[in-house]
Amino acid sequence: MKAEKEKKKKIIKTIRIDVDKCNGCRACEVICSAYHADPKYSSNNPARSRIRVIREPLRDIYVPVYAGEYTVAECAGRDKYIIDGKEYDECSFCRASCPSRVDFKEPDSGLPLKCDMCEGEDEPLCVKWCLADALIYEEREEEIEEEVEEEVEDLEVGLEALAGKYGMQKILDTVARMSKEG
Amino acid sequence: MRYAETGFNLEIDLSRGNIEKVATDPRETELYLGGLGTNAKILWDRVPPEVDPFSPDNLLIFSAGLLCGTPATGCNRTIVSTISPQTRLMGFSMMGGFWAPELKYAGYDKVVLRGKSPKLVYLWINNDKVELRDASHLQGKGAIETAELIRQELDDPRIQVAAIGLAGENRVYFASVEQGRSSASRGGLGAVMGDKGLKAIAVRGTNDINVARPEEFIELCNEVLDYIKWREEHPIPGVMPILAGLGSPQEMKIHDEKWHTENFSWGNSRVRRKGFWTEEIAKQWTETMESARRRLISCFNCPMKCGATIQMPGLPTYMMKCFTKLTYTMAAFSDLEFGLKIAQKATEYGVDGFSTPQVMAFAIELYEDGILTDKDMPGFPEGNEERFYWLLDKIVRREGIGDILADGTYWAAKKIGKGAEKYAHNTIKKHEQLPLKLSMLNPIYFLMYCTGEKINITQIEGQFPQAPFPKREQREEFVKDWFQVPDEKFKQYFLDWEPRGENSIPFYPTVEMTCDIVDWQEMMHYIDDALGMCAGLSSFPLKPPYHIHNYPKFISAGAGIEMDEESLKQAARRYRTLVRAINIRRGMRRKDEKPPEDHWKKRFPELEKKLLDTYYRYKGWNEEGIPTKETLENLGLDYVSRDFLKRGILKEGEESSTEQSAAGNEQQ
Repeated sequence: MKAEKEKKKKIIKTIRIDVDKCNGCRACEVICSAYHADPKYSSNNPARSRIRVIREPLRDIYVPVYAGEYTVAECAGRDKYIIDGKEYDECSFCRASCPSRVDFKEPDSGLPLKCDMCEGEDEPLCVKWCLADALIYEEREEEIEEEVEEEVEDLEVGLEALAGKYGMQKILDTVARMSKEG
Repeated sequence: MRYAETGFNLEIDLSRGNIEKVATDPRETELYLGGLGTNAKILWDRVPPEVDPFSPDNLLIFSAGLLCGTPATGCNRTIVSTISPQTRLMGFSMMGGFWAPELKYAGYDKVVLRGKSPKLVYLWINNDKVELRDASHLQGKGAIETAELIRQELDDPRIQVAAIGLAGENRVYFASVEQGRSSASRGGLGAVMGDKGLKAIAVRGTNDINVARPEEFIELCNEVLDYIKWREEHPIPGVMPILAGLGSPQEMKIHDEKWHTENFSWGNSRVRRKGFWTEEIAKQWTETMESARRRLISCFNCPMKCGATIQMPGLPTYMMKCFTKLTYTMAAFSDLEFGLKIAQKATEYGVDGFSTPQVMAFAIELYEDGILTDKDMPGFPEGNEERFYWLLDKIVRREGIGDILADGTYWAAKKIGKGAEKYAHNTIKKHEQLPLKLSMLNPIYFLMYCTGEKINITQIEGQFPQAPFPKREQREEFVKDWFQVPDEKFKQYFLDWEPRGENSIPFYPTVEMTCDIVDWQEMMHYIDDALGMCAGLSSFPLKPPYHIHNYPKFISAGAGIEMDEESLKQAARRYRTLVRAINIRRGMRRKDEKPPEDHWKKRFPELEKKLLDTYYRYKGWNEEGIPTKETLENLGLDYVSRDFLKRGILKEGEESSTEQSAAGNEQQ
């Protein structure tokens, strides 16, 4: 039985990054790390920031990048992009917290960092503190089709297969561990 | 727990290769704040006046300001202090950029260097790991090139590097310390660094800087940011565009150079060129700048764009800011293209953009007047611009005549003799100044030139308009939202200041008003230099976001040192007086406190004497400019007064007689 497709509205949060406007001051890194300190604003350390400016003034490269998903493995191959005569490493645009670089990891523990768009604030604070307007916050509404039932069905089929292979207890242990690491 | 500061200094003995991490006394922070203030305390305690600038016992201190590394916008300055080889007095120059916050994140407030390394080394500070590394492969390399090579060698693009070029290695008296976007240029600090065998300091830090009262502190930061936004949308009407907004004078952004090219002097600070700025020149220079400038750039955590990356055809990219744009051009009577090209070389060599062009123009004048000859300068080229390149190369290598010129105009003139002294006319305290020659004495600028111990007019002026506005209505408009004044009386001083007539310079502002104004201007610079704040957001521009009313709150909430306006003023007075004490102990006296000799055509000896007498008294200094015993004790500087008495600089009971005679003068 096919589940009925449901149209749902979702807010997509976007930071539009204009690399031509960035002046490389790193105020975004400063306020990000301060906001995410515990207690809030009690300390400051750009190495903890979830946004980093890839900055090479002599080559005129200024790319603010904010932290995305954690990935366990680095890319097998790395590409180079040439834009307006400037050569960028593909990592310059990559948002992953990844073994190939130190960015987007807590400096003490090495745990990955991820941008949360400063949940609860009117806009991400890196945007607020960027007076150069290199970072612009945008919200857009998108209609997406959610096939909730089907997803669950798919999940069940997959899990049954895994349980058959590894045993149910092992699956439960793994899920518990993963949710803890979250 | 220490707030805003780390509470640790690095002590490096370059002779022995010894590195120590030393905890500092929090009481010193309360008394001297940090940055310049605590630098002065260290120099007073550890560098007695017998120590020569090039002695291993001279210290070279790189200090972050007290609030560097916190989210306070624009607080990024490194304060470099030592005994200057050129002035033989305390030399201190500040640089913005990214170095100071990185040092804080590495876990240190200062790097204090002593001794001399037997071979060229660089210091690598990577959080707790600190080492001296061989720099023989960097010998002779440019300052910007060195920074790039070190970043590659250590394989981390986030390393911040402060380096010297060839000029520093060869102890040129006006050698700078370069840091990519910024430089500590004045006073020959780079020469001391070279003398110590230190090519660069590379730093990387990933630790936290804490603030005492987070919510309060971030609220203050947000207020400053909001005000900057507002102020950028509301430039001050009636003043020239480079001074209408915030930041350093916006030389990289604004193309109209009528004011500089027609009011500042060309060559060896002699020639005014009225009518120079034609439409044709404006077009040509705008094109030059537009095609050379790749991007306007900022320092750490600052929205202002006072610098730029500059790329001239066929030359490596470099970074520039402020008035170096024109100093080479104007010294050589050339055009902007020449200025931007030679500045690329000068930046790599690591020389001061104020002194260097002046020294070269001085040499050319001496040559034209036959005081220097082909015998002194074999191979001196025919072409004007070639001559400047030739001189620059000779100076930074200390070859031939360059070895003499590398000491600056004052010392070079003494060595050359034959009347050369007359050509070294644009210095104060032996240090070259902006090429400005004006007509009528301005009492405010007179006192600033005489008594400013940063020995650079841009590092004492600010806040108070440079000239009166023509109409009273304009002045009334200006004072309406002038909340930065420390006292309402300053508004009245400005309201009554007229371009002509009774209330105009030199007799208005009156002597007493002038003292108030100069003291306020100087105080704000000294506070900036202790906190690490850029003058471009505080002491320099009109109506800045940081001022005497919000600074105590920043210090209280940031560093956890309870402070109000009065106690902040007292702290600033304390370390300002300590800077003077260091210089007094090295022989500075009233005779040294003079403006550049032909800075104004119309001079008023009686008024000038009264200005200096009154200001000295205002500051609590005797008629020789020496802080009195009473002044020193009121500031808690008893150790200075004891030293002065021991050395015979002050005599027991002397200052009271000075006070009496001063009082007597006032009654006359």
